[in-house]
Parts: sequence; C-alpha cells; structure tokens
Amino acid sequence: MTSFATDTRVVFSRELRPVVRDPFSVIFSMIQPLFFLALFAPLLPGEESLQWFVPGIIVMSCLFGSSMTGSNLLYEMQTGSHERMLVTPLRRPALLIGRALKEIVPMIAQAALIVAVCIPFGFDLHLPGALLGLLILSGFCIGLGALSYTLALAAKNKEWLFWTVQQTLLFPLLLLAGVLLPIDDGPGWLRALSRANPMTYVVDAERALFAGDVWARTTVEGVIAAVVVATLGLVVGVRAMQRSD
Amino acid sequence: MNSSVDDMMIETRELTKLFKDVRAVDGINLTVARGELVALLGPNGAGKSTTLRMLTTLIPPTSGSAQVAGFDVVRRQREVRLRIGYIGQGNGAGHSQRGRDELISQGRAYGMTVKAARSRAGELIDSLGLGEVADRTVSTLSGGQRRRLDIAMGLIHAPELLFLDEPSTGLDPQNRANLQEHIVRLRAEHDTTIVLTTHYLDEADSMAERVIVVDHGRIIADDTPRHLKTKHVGDRVILGFATEAEAVDAARTTGGARSGTEVVVTTEDGPHLAPRLLTELGTVARLEVRRPTLDDVFLTLTGRSLREDSSTPAELVEA
Repeated sequence: MTSFATDTRVVFSRELRPVVRDPFSVIFSMIQPLFFLALFAPLLPGEESLQWFVPGIIVMSCLFGSSMTGSNLLYEMQTGSHERMLVTPLRRPALLIGRALKEIVPMIAQAALIVAVCIPFGFDLHLPGALLGLLILSGFCIGLGALSYTLALAAKNKEWLFWTVQQTLLFPLLLLAGVLLPIDDGPGWLRALSRANPMTYVVDAERALFAGDVWARTTVEGVIAAVVVATLGLVVGVRAMQRSD
Repeated sequence: MNSSVDDMMIETRELTKLFKDVRAVDGINLTVARGELVALLGPNGAGKSTTLRMLTTLIPPTSGSAQVAGFDVVRRQREVRLRIGYIGQGNGAGHSQRGRDELISQGRAYGMTVKAARSRAGELIDSLGLGEVADRTVSTLSGGQRRRLDIAMGLIHAPELLFLDEPSTGLDPQNRANLQEHIVRLRAEHDTTIVLTTHYLDEADSMAERVIVVDHGRIIADDTPRHLKTKHVGDRVILGFATEAEAVDAARTTGGARSGTEVVVTTEDGPHLAPRLLTELGTVARLEVRRPTLDDVFLTLTGRSLREDSSTPAELVEA
C-alpha cells in the first residue's frame, strides 16, 4: 500500500521526466518573456530600469509557463494516459498536487537563466532576498499550475476552450500587475483593478526582494498573495480531479 | 467450474447508467468467474464501454451495484483499483515519455519498489517484443508498438482481472492477430481473468469462450460462441436442383424452405446432415453448407447486422 507522499512523488517525477529529458521545453515557454527583456527593457527610462524590470519578467515567465501547463494534461486526456492513471490506485489529490509541484522546477530554471543573462548588463543580484523571492514564487506557480490543470479538466476535449480562457486572462493579469509599466501613475480604476490582482503583490515583493529589501511590508503581502493563490488553486484543482473521469 | 462466491471476479446487479435521459446501460446482471475469458460484443453505442468504465471505477453507476474482485466499485474503489488492470481505447503511455519510464511509473503507482518495477518492466518489454523501442519517446512508436506498450502497462502489477476496451481497434490485421495471441497466452500462463469489449466478430469468435451480446444497454445473449450459433441460427444446408419439381419433393422430405429450385435446410449439424441428404435425395445438383457467424446471431437477435454497423460511423446509425 502506497502513502500519499509516495503517490505524489510518483506523479511529480513522472511529470518532471520529459522536462529533464528535453530541457528545451523550459526555454520554449520563456521565448516571449525573453523578447520583452531584450526589446522592451531598453525603452524604459532611468539607470535603475533593469533592476526594476527583471523581477517582473521572472514572474511573467512563471505566469506563462505555469498557465499553459494544463495543456499537457489536456493532451493526456485526449490520448488516454490520464484515463489510465485514473484507474491506478494513485490518490486523486496526488494526481493534481504532484503535477502542480513540478511547476517549481522549470520556474527556478527560468529565473536562474534570466538572472544569468542580465547580470552582465548590470543587474545587481542580492542572493538571500532572491532566494526568498523564489520561495514566494514557488507558491504562486503551484497555484497557477493547479488552476491551469483545473481549466484543462473543465475544458475536457474542448482544446479551444482551454486556450481561449488562458489567452484571455494572460495579458490582463500581466498588465494589471505592473510588470511592463508602473501602475502608480495610472487612473484610479486601473489602480483599483491592480490592487485586486494577487500577482501585483507577488511582483512588488519580488522587486523589493531582488533588490535586497527583505524586511518589508511587500514581502508579507507577497507571501500572503502566493499562499492565497496556491490554496485556491489546490482546492479547486483537487476537487476537479476528484470528479474527473 | 467451482462457482462459490470467492471465485466470482465480477458480479453486477441491475447495473444502470443514465447519461441525461439516455439509458446507456440498462439493468445489466453479469457474473464472471475467476479464470474466464469473456467478450462483450455489440455495435458502437451498445453500452459496452460504459459498462467497462463502471466496472473499472472510472464512472459511478446511476443505480444498481457491482462487485469487482470482491469489492464494491463505488465504496471500495481503491481495493478494486489495486486488483484490476485496465487497457482503455486510447494509449496509456504519455506521448512525451519513454516506454520504459512509463512502465516503471505505472509499477510505482501500484506500490511496487523502483527495483521491482524496473525488473518487471524489463520482463514485459522482452515478452512483448518492445526491446528496441522501449527507450524511445512514445510519440515515435507505431500504432502496434504503442498498443503492445499499453498491454505491458496494464500487466505491470500482474492483475488478477484484466479489462480491455476495444483492444484491437485501429490495428492492421497482422497486429490484431499478434495482440490476440498475447492475450490468449497471458490467460494460459497466468490464469488471468479477462474481460474485453469488441465489435470485431472474428475476435470474439476466436478468442472468447463466452460471448455476451449487448444491445441498447442490455444483455441479449450470453453463451459460448458455438452455442450461440447453434441455438440462435444453426447451420444451413443449401440444396440446388435441376427442376422445381425435384425441389418441391426435396422440401417435402426434408422439411426445408424452398425458393425456386433451391431448398434450405436448417440444422444443428450441417457437415453431418449434408452427405446424408445427398444419398437420400439422389437428385441434388448443387450443395452448400453455411455455418453461421456471430453476425448471423446478432442479426437473428436484433434484426440488424453488426457488420454494417461497425463500418458505418455511429452518428449515422443513430440519426
């Protein structure tokens, strides 16, 4: 008889295997964030613009990767491997949690890659803050991944539905979190929407943490936002997986 | 055959599944004893797969109950899942995975240690002839290779009961024969109880000792292929004559049905009756013995042919 932890580990390592075998897939979901880094960051005014922009791009890369991860499950639902796993004694929550946990690995690889690319251009890395930032981001990407899987389970064999919802939500979340341009000087309604977006707090926390500002209000808010997203994602995701056939 | 309760692998009572208003499965009572090889035969949409999906815990019944490997499919899902193997209509292995990795994960899912799963995977790879492709990405395998990998995945934990849903759909005749051979061998070597669904008549005929004919969510016949044929159709001896007068005479003596110069005699044992008729009648100009197929059985039972159905898309048939 397996334990819940073993079940989760089996699912986690199964999900991770293709990523490890084919690391190019990690870069694939980063193509757009890298374009923004190369073609948008130079337009930002000021000396400190890279320092401000890079943490946001790391969150963006996590958003892009984790939000599309449900498409893997969608594909496995079409081919039959999801059904095959549903018939095994693997616990249903483990089928979701193991998958969601795997999101951390490509996220960290992407963050490391982005930082490594930016250091020669004068990006200043404060390691302890950055590590805490990655911890917050882990919670956020687990939640996002779980939500993406939930969307896949809900879309079932309607692939277009998955991509329509994912693409529709992607840019509002991104823009309202102030990843590309600061929201502070925007109109009141835009700032209100931004404050309702949990990703805003994650981005603000990452900016402060990557700059070495650990003991700040933004850190606490970032942790709370990440925990909220992770909890929400896992709760709805596990529920959707329990109902899956 | 010992039919004590312990030896029952499947026992359903009035098993029913409704999809909205459609009765996909309509009160099925089914018992399968340990060691049997049973085929559920019926046209697309007959309720075969839905039955299988309930028995494998994938979907809950709307009403009725089912015990599989000794446990209730709704209340004791985990116990059922531990004891059964399931090979669905699709491909079980993830397309971006490698076959051997998937086999090991599958073994781990059943609580095997990495070591045990790896050695069992190796055995199955050898016995199913997957040695050359087991370490390649699944998406590069041919349809037949993927299907054999599916079989290996379903067998990794040596289940006592194996379900196969349309195992040979989409395979060419050679791969189909190959697969059937594996299933029959599995049964002979491990005494696994096997339940499969099919709409291929020859498959049900050649493999299963017991064929359960399903139509509109109900069981309409349940017997050995041989008995089904003799009971519901029988052999037909067709006699041709030079003149109608001779045919009329022959029809009277044999009790057969005449049409023109031809007389059709229905019997349980055509090959033995035919030579006797030949000598008794003396005037026979042409003789043919037709043995029934399971399709004839289906035709007699439902008034429809399975063969037409399987070559026509389900939507058209239902429209």
